[in-house]
Formats: sequence, C-alpha cells, structure tokens
Amino acid sequence: MAKKTPLYDIHLKLNGKMVEYAGYNLPVQYSSIIEEHNAVRNNVGLFDVSHMGQFIIEGKDALKFINYIISNDITNLKVNKIRYSLLLNDNGGIIDDLLVYRTNEEEYMLVVNAANKEKDYSWILDHLIDNVIIYDASDNICQIAIQGPNSENVLKKITNQIPEKFYSFIDDVDIDGTKVLISRTGYTAEDGFELYFDSNDGIKIYNLLLENGKEFGIIPCGLGSRDTLRLEGSMPLYGHEMNENISPLDIGLGNFVKFDKIDFIGKKALKDNNKTRVGLKVIDRGIVREESEVYFKDKKIGIITSGTFLPHLNGAYAMAIVDKDYSTIGNIVECLVRNRKIKAEIVALPFYKR
Amino acid sequence: MDELKNVLFTKTHEWVKFEDETTAYIGLSDYAQSEMGDVVFVNLEEQECEVGDTIGDAESVKAVSDIYSPFTGEIVEINEVIVDDPGAINRDPYGTWLCKYINISDKEELLSLEEYEESIKE
Repeated sequence: MAKKTPLYDIHLKLNGKMVEYAGYNLPVQYSSIIEEHNAVRNNVGLFDVSHMGQFIIEGKDALKFINYIISNDITNLKVNKIRYSLLLNDNGGIIDDLLVYRTNEEEYMLVVNAANKEKDYSWILDHLIDNVIIYDASDNICQIAIQGPNSENVLKKITNQIPEKFYSFIDDVDIDGTKVLISRTGYTAEDGFELYFDSNDGIKIYNLLLENGKEFGIIPCGLGSRDTLRLEGSMPLYGHEMNENISPLDIGLGNFVKFDKIDFIGKKALKDNNKTRVGLKVIDRGIVREESEVYFKDKKIGIITSGTFLPHLNGAYAMAIVDKDYSTIGNIVECLVRNRKIKAEIVALPFYKR
Repeated sequence: MDELKNVLFTKTHEWVKFEDETTAYIGLSDYAQSEMGDVVFVNLEEQECEVGDTIGDAESVKAVSDIYSPFTGEIVEINEVIVDDPGAINRDPYGTWLCKYINISDKEELLSLEEYEESIKE
C-alpha cells in the first residue's frame, strides 16, 4: 500500500487528483498543470515534497566519508551551505542525485529521491566507516517547497529569518512554535525555499503558508507541474535522465564530478562515452515523450529522456541523450512518435532561465 | 443537465450529437478531459473510417490518448477551435466538438448518458 505524507488529508480537502508516486499517495494536480506551472513562474506555488528522503550523517569522519561516496567535493562546504552531488556505483553509473546540507561541523543532511531512499540507505550503510553514524529521518520530517518570485514575500510574513543566498539555509527558525530548517533551494528554476520540520506540524505549517500566500496569488501545486517546471528549467530527473547505467559525463553533469579530489566510488570507471544531453524544441505539431528514438538523417543518434508541452514557453520540448558527434545546436533531428517522425531542433539548455 | 439531452456516448469516452440520422458531431466527455488534464494538441484528419478505428489522438501535458470512431462514416470537418485553443476541451467539453461526420452507419454500440455514467463507475 502506498504511504501517506503528513499532508495527505490536505490534498484530499483541496481536491488533489491523487496518484501513486515512488510509493506515496500524492496529488498530480489540484486545478490544472498549466495553471499551477504558471503560478510558480509568475507568483508563488506550494508543493508537498515530504516523499523526499533525509539521511543524517554525523561523526568525526563524516566529511571524509561523504566525500568518498559522492562525486562532488564538499571539503570547503561551510556550515549552513548546500551542495548538489551524485552518488555513483562502482561502474560510474548514477545511484541517485542528492543535496548535501552541512548542518554542523560534524553533521550533514543528505536529501535524496523518494524512489531511491531504501536503495541509497543500504548502499551507504554497506560502505560506512568507523567514527560515522547514519540514520534515516525521512518518516519524521515534513518537507514543503514554496516556489516562485513571490515566495520570499510569503515567508517574510511569518519569519524574518530568510536565507539570503541560493543554496544556503538557516536551521531552527521558530515558526509558530515549530523549529524549521529553511533552505533557499528548489526544483523549479525559480526563486524559492524548502522547509523541513517535524511531520506532526505539517498541516499547521502548510495552512500557515497557504493563508499568508493568498495576497500573493499562492496556489497548491502537484507533481505534474513539478515535472513541467523542472523540465522547463532543464534539470535532470532520476529515472529519466539518470539511472545506474548512465554516467554523469553522459548527461553533461561533469561539473559535479571532481576528479582532482582523493578517491571516490566510481571514479576509476568513469570514462567518456561520447554522449551528451541536449535540448530539443519540437518543430512539427505534436509532443515528443520519453523513450522516443532520435534520428539524424536516418541514423539513430539517441533517445528522449523527458518531453512534454511546457506551459511557460508555450511549446513542446524534450531532453535527449545523444551521440556527441550529432549534438550541435541548430541540428534538425527526427523523433519517432507512434510510428510518425516528428521534427525537432537541437537548442541550448536550459530552455528557461529566470 | 440540459446540455446532455440527446447526447450519446462510447465506452471510449467520445460523445456524439446527431444532427439527423446520418450526420453527427463528436467530442470528448467531461470524464475524458478530466482524466487527461490540460489538452494541448488534437491531431485529427478528414477521413473515411469504420466503427472503432483510431481516428486521431489528443495530447495532454501528461499523456497521449487515442480518439476512436464511434461509428462508421466520413469525417468531413475538423473544428478549427480545437486547433487554435485545445484548452477549450477542458473548459467546455460538451460545447467543444472535435469533428463532423456524414454517411453514418454502425451506430448500435452507442450508450445513453445513464449507461455511460454506469460504465465509468466500474
């Protein structure tokens, strides 16, 4: 049976269209994906992201340990800062992508994808070293994302402790008696924040944000718009652009792999497969979706990893992993969709930047 | 629901309004549009078709859905509105027709409103 998040009752009350996603009952939309998408681009939207996993890793050698299991380097990551990274397997394939929060000198929080929680946890446990402990705090934490140009205005009504810089956070902010970790992060390519706090206070904090956001046009947003927003911002999503057989170098994430740090899992196996991730703007009428084959002059050059209609850009777009030799911007390719070839142009990523 | 007087349905969620015995307009039911979510493209062409044929598809942000011919006949007109503004299907499913048929036959499988509502409960 699918799990409920701490906000399950709210989703029903707000007429969320519930689906099962990564083992959780979550709303795919409340009103319409397009309306929710545009609310985040223009005003502000509220997401339940409590399905995400949070692991706490602490101890004298926590830094050394995390640096060994992830591809990015957190040596110079300061307390109250966040860094994006990948968890690789021995073959250099991606087990998951995650955020590392440095919560204290010797304490970190990893935020991982819902669908990978258990897999990640046992992988990390298998590699654990002395003087480091890990525990899974996921079930005790409610995570809410408030995203959009007005998100700061909403937060300012309930606290004056606002993290100033992108990828920074403030811990233990008192909101109506609840201790909240507020980070300036998100997955929408818009300004925004994520709040982590005791799951027992989920409904209270959610309603507080919804109430205070009214004057700024806040609406509840579901998984549907979360996906269109991240695709418009051209951010990779695990299970689509990433899996255990795809290396970060295949999808243009080389920036998050630090070959010059001391050893890390997957390092030796990483090699250039002559692949890259490209953006496609569909020229013909229609939508190109995941798993569609991509051709250049009748030669198969790759496969679509995500694609749909993007509301703000008002057109059909897709991302694909293709052979580098054919990845030049401006190239016209054809995508096989239900036995029909649909033309698309390779365009620069990201599709949308605020 | 006055607007649904004289409207018939298919099990595959198309609605049908007859002008006369052999001429009709078809569209997508309210249930269909609600399941699909925001419709962003409809692909349909004028053609001769038989009952149950795939005559085109509707693309929403979430997924693509086939559109099936409710009967045998000839599609002679596509609604321009759905080309320019496919969202009209979400806003007003019974006021937004997709295409017009003539020379209709094989229409025995159509459902009444009550029968259709029963079928979507299952």
